[in-house]
Amino acid sequence: MALFDRIKAGLTKTRETFFNRIGSLLTGRRIDEDFFEELEEILLMADVGVNTTLLLIERLRQEVKHRKLDQSEQLRPVLREELSQLMKSEDQEMHFGRGALTVWMMVGVNGVGKTTMTGKLAHHYRKQGKKVLLAAGDTFRAGAIEQLKIWGERAGCPVVSHAPGADPAAVLFDAIAQAKADGTDLLICDTAGRLHNKADLMNELTKMHRVLTREIPDGPHEVLLVVDATTGQNAINQARIFKEATNVTGVVLTKLDGTAKGGVVVAIQHELGIPVKWVGLGEKITDLDEFHPDDFVQALFE
Amino acid sequence: MFEGLAGRLQDTLSKLRGRGKLSEADVNEAMKEIRRHLIEADVNFKVAKDFIEKVRVRAVGSEVLTSLTPGQQVVKIVDEELTQLLGGAQSRLEQSPQAPTVVLMVGLQGAGKTTHAAKLAMHLQKQGKYPLLVACDIYRPAAIEQLRVLAETTRSAFFSLGDQVSPVKIAAEALAHAKTHGYDYVIVDTAGRLHIDEALMGELQDIRSTVHPTETLLVVDAATGQDAVTVAESFHRQLELTGLILSRMDGDTRGGAALSIRAVTGCPVKFIGTGEKVDQLEPFYPDRLASRILGMGDVLTLIEKAQSVFDQDQAKVLEKKMMAGDFTLDLFLDQLQQVRNLGPLDQLMGLLPGMGKMKKQLSGANIDDKQINRVEAIIRSMTPKERNNYKLMDYNRKMRIAKGSGTSIQEVNRLLRQFEEMLKMMKQFSGMSQKMMKKGKKGKKAPFMPFR
Ligand SMILES: Nc1nc2c(ncn2[C@@H]2O[C@H](COP(=O)(O)OP(=O)(O)OP(=O)(O)O)[C@@H](O)[C@H]2O)c(=O)[nH]1
Ligand SMILES: [Mg+2]
Repeated sequence: MALFDRIKAGLTKTRETFFNRIGSLLTGRRIDEDFFEELEEILLMADVGVNTTLLLIERLRQEVKHRKLDQSEQLRPVLREELSQLMKSEDQEMHFGRGALTVWMMVGVNGVGKTTMTGKLAHHYRKQGKKVLLAAGDTFRAGAIEQLKIWGERAGCPVVSHAPGADPAAVLFDAIAQAKADGTDLLICDTAGRLHNKADLMNELTKMHRVLTREIPDGPHEVLLVVDATTGQNAINQARIFKEATNVTGVVLTKLDGTAKGGVVVAIQHELGIPVKWVGLGEKITDLDEFHPDDFVQALFE
Repeated sequence: MFEGLAGRLQDTLSKLRGRGKLSEADVNEAMKEIRRHLIEADVNFKVAKDFIEKVRVRAVGSEVLTSLTPGQQVVKIVDEELTQLLGGAQSRLEQSPQAPTVVLMVGLQGAGKTTHAAKLAMHLQKQGKYPLLVACDIYRPAAIEQLRVLAETTRSAFFSLGDQVSPVKIAAEALAHAKTHGYDYVIVDTAGRLHIDEALMGELQDIRSTVHPTETLLVVDAATGQDAVTVAESFHRQLELTGLILSRMDGDTRGGAALSIRAVTGCPVKFIGTGEKVDQLEPFYPDRLASRILGMGDVLTLIEKAQSVFDQDQAKVLEKKMMAGDFTLDLFLDQLQQVRNLGPLDQLMGLLPGMGKMKKQLSGANIDDKQINRVEAIIRSMTPKERNNYKLMDYNRKMRIAKGSGTSIQEVNRLLRQFEEMLKMMKQFSGMSQKMMKKGKKGKKAPFMPFR
């Protein structure tokens, strides 16, 4: 498709300028104060955040001293290693239920890409031969139910929904009943976007989560926090509070097809121990990828 | 007043005591601290750098006012410069000399364009205008449906040609429709898109040259990070933006992106979005955002938050009593119960000025419901007389209360001490929020409850 190619071309351009910069930082340079300052700038500009950036740079300084490095090329593997270490998790795989039914829940602030990712994941697992069901747990936002239904159609799986304004916990309850009745393998529950500092809305989410815990003994098997890559340091607050409310098990980093780097997930992983599991790379149903820490780090730096 | 950043600056500047002039070395040290703080607040790295340079030049050699510590002095300068950079309050939509005025909503995916299109319609209707909402997002599933439902909510006129007609054509026909039907505003909702998507950016340019918008408004999520600069610059270059709308300012983000965008585009922030409901659109006040970025606590945010929970009449009574310095333990108990509904305590405290330091202690102290229960028990064990006048308290009374509440005399003492401190702070607080309210919108003073 011409349009897609054009997007791709645009992307390549931005990527190139960015990579070139890092490339030039890491090739043929002496490791000196200027070098560290530039590195700091690159990390900060990627939304890695002050604390994590300083931590990384401190570790690098120690390595440089320890291993007596003085050329920037020598630092390349060390840098990648340190960052990957912050990003690596034992828990990168998606969790499935021990029983017949697996239930996942999508959570996050408004507009980050929950519904889109629900559609993408549904499609992904349907292609693997799973019987997938979607629950329209956003009964609040105008057009949200309709939107999920369209994704359901695209992915080729049914959607359980109630009327706009209905109790979302009841939607989930019904969805589970239907999933159990018709032998569904995977139930993915979309939820309404909400700001993490709204106590009543977070309570509602906890209530929805509780329905899943109650109805599925070892569920929900995955609570995915969707984070928009353009988000700055506030994403750490988002992750912290959503985790308290619903025991988040993984992060989905969306909109990586833009120019934002999504560096804040380094802090989310490092400070809160929530692994990134998927990335969103566009608006098409196939625009998703499993998260590969090494690739991500590479994209930050090379 | 300046706890958050100022607290840290005070440490940095503690060498410099008393009055005198700020030296270059002191200022440089302080600027590092400020730069860090700004970046933590999501101000773009380069914007922060330029900004700091400006502040530095002004701060070096400036007189430290008698009433301020050097740290506060620096923060004062930063605050003033920030407010200035953020620009004046100009939350007005320009009007085209020839009706209808076209307003084009643009931005990244998920920024809040559709919701804000509806909010603007409502805002205009309140002023007696007739806006037409136009659905040009033919890409995102159910986007048209979303705008249709919102238009129903705001009782605005709605225009759509479905999703099989090009957005350029929809916009053109909407404009013609508006002319024949006498609408005075045409608000065009467009699909979210990436600034680097040449095809879709081209589409917006085509819409622009077809309907000639008077306002091209970029809707930006207040929580955007470093990339805000790239995005805004790119949109501005391609579409000549006339203003910004900051969405989701009801979140707890510092909102530094607004500063970055303002710095690179020079466009005024026209409105801020403060909720999902269609009437949650507010004018933009640079001074409020400046203090929010600096972490000095946005008193008004707290007030609004409190307002949504507190019983209005009760709040009025409370407000009067607070003003009169007539705050009693009874009222305190009342508040306790209401504050519980507000949300996590430490978060709440973050919104208060002067709480920067306490916030740390708070999370350390792990204030939870159990502790609130104990405080409640203590107050409930007091006689009405005691609750109305805590100064009555002597050893015997305290012992009785401790026994009655199943706590200890130390705990009773601590509560009373806290209450006393609170009274003190409340005086400062009410003075300050009055000052801020003069600049801001009308609002009620929020009852609040410091802990330690
Ligand atoms: N470029 C890009 N856009 C995306 C991506 N994921 C989602 N979007 C777009 O972002 C916008 C919001 O996506 P939604 O899936 O509706 O987000 P949501 O979190 O469900 O939103 P609410 O339910 O309103 O809170 C839509 O326009 C999507 O097409 C992505 O990876 N890249
Ligand atoms: Mg959604």
